[in-house]
Amino acid sequence: MDANQTIYDRDEVVRIISSVLSKVAKSETLSRKQLYEEIRSLHDIIEAMRTDLGSVRPGEISGKDIPTATDELDAVVEATARATGTIMDSCEAIEKIADELDPEIKDKLADQVTRIYESCSFQDITGQRITKVVKTLKTIDEKVESILSTVGFKEMEDESQETKSVEQGDAALMNGPQMPDQAVSQDDIDKLLAEFD
Amino acid sequence: MAVDKNMNVLIVDDYQTMLRIIRNLLKQLGFNNVIEATDGSAAFEALSKDEFGLVISDWNMEPMSGLELLKQVRASSGAMKDVPFIMVTAESKTENVIAAKKAGVNNYIVKPFNAETLKTKIASVLGDF
Repeated sequence: MDANQTIYDRDEVVRIISSVLSKVAKSETLSRKQLYEEIRSLHDIIEAMRTDLGSVRPGEISGKDIPTATDELDAVVEATARATGTIMDSCEAIEKIADELDPEIKDKLADQVTRIYESCSFQDITGQRITKVVKTLKTIDEKVESILSTVGFKEMEDESQETKSVEQGDAALMNGPQMPDQAVSQDDIDKLLAEFD
Repeated sequence: MAVDKNMNVLIVDDYQTMLRIIRNLLKQLGFNNVIEATDGSAAFEALSKDEFGLVISDWNMEPMSGLELLKQVRASSGAMKDVPFIMVTAESKTENVIAAKKAGVNNYIVKPFNAETLKTKIASVLGDF
């Protein structure tokens, strides 16, 4: 950011607006010059804010950066799905070949193929995690679009206001894979289920 | 009673990879009549047409989730009403397990899982095999 640029925080903007409004309300005590200075201050703030926003290229974030990132992530999911498919093609081919071998060797091969199948589930888990990230990026994209369409002309919402939509029922429970520190283990799930019996 | 490995098993997941993994693991366990569905509504349609001895379903699918499928199955009046139902999902929060249990799930496997876990959970629902 330009070192000479004036940074206004929201409280300051609110204070100046309140000042202008109260002075206009008591217009008999407000000289034309004072009114001009107050409005001029507001103008400067709005211009500074627009410059700040412009410097972070919000149009590019929404129009280019986020769509590119989501496309890249979609490509990762597709590539891992293809690779996993190829690995499993090979496993199935090995199993067919193993059918013609000595039973002892066949069993040993089956054990190893099982381990490969188990490991291939990474694609499902990573796919779900990446899909979750893509959804988040798209939400950010929508927010940026919204800010761009209203910037400078709408009062900012109270930060404490809950803006996130509240999911209900089944949708509220579909959060995708949990991070390890938030997940419940299979053992804990078994114990929980046992409490119902 | 011995487990009939010729029974129809319905596996439901929107990821082809996972369908293939479960199908291959079931094949190794001796279950060869495996039918696939990619969401709850397709699974419900399959259950309405044929008799199944076991359903193994993911949770997070669109348009119909695994939980919604489970609820519809348990609310049905046909033969499917009491079909053993195992949820296999990455949803591993306590509230998920409780919601699934309340909806009538027979067992719950959290992803990623291994062949031994799958075998153990199937045995807990159908009996040892």
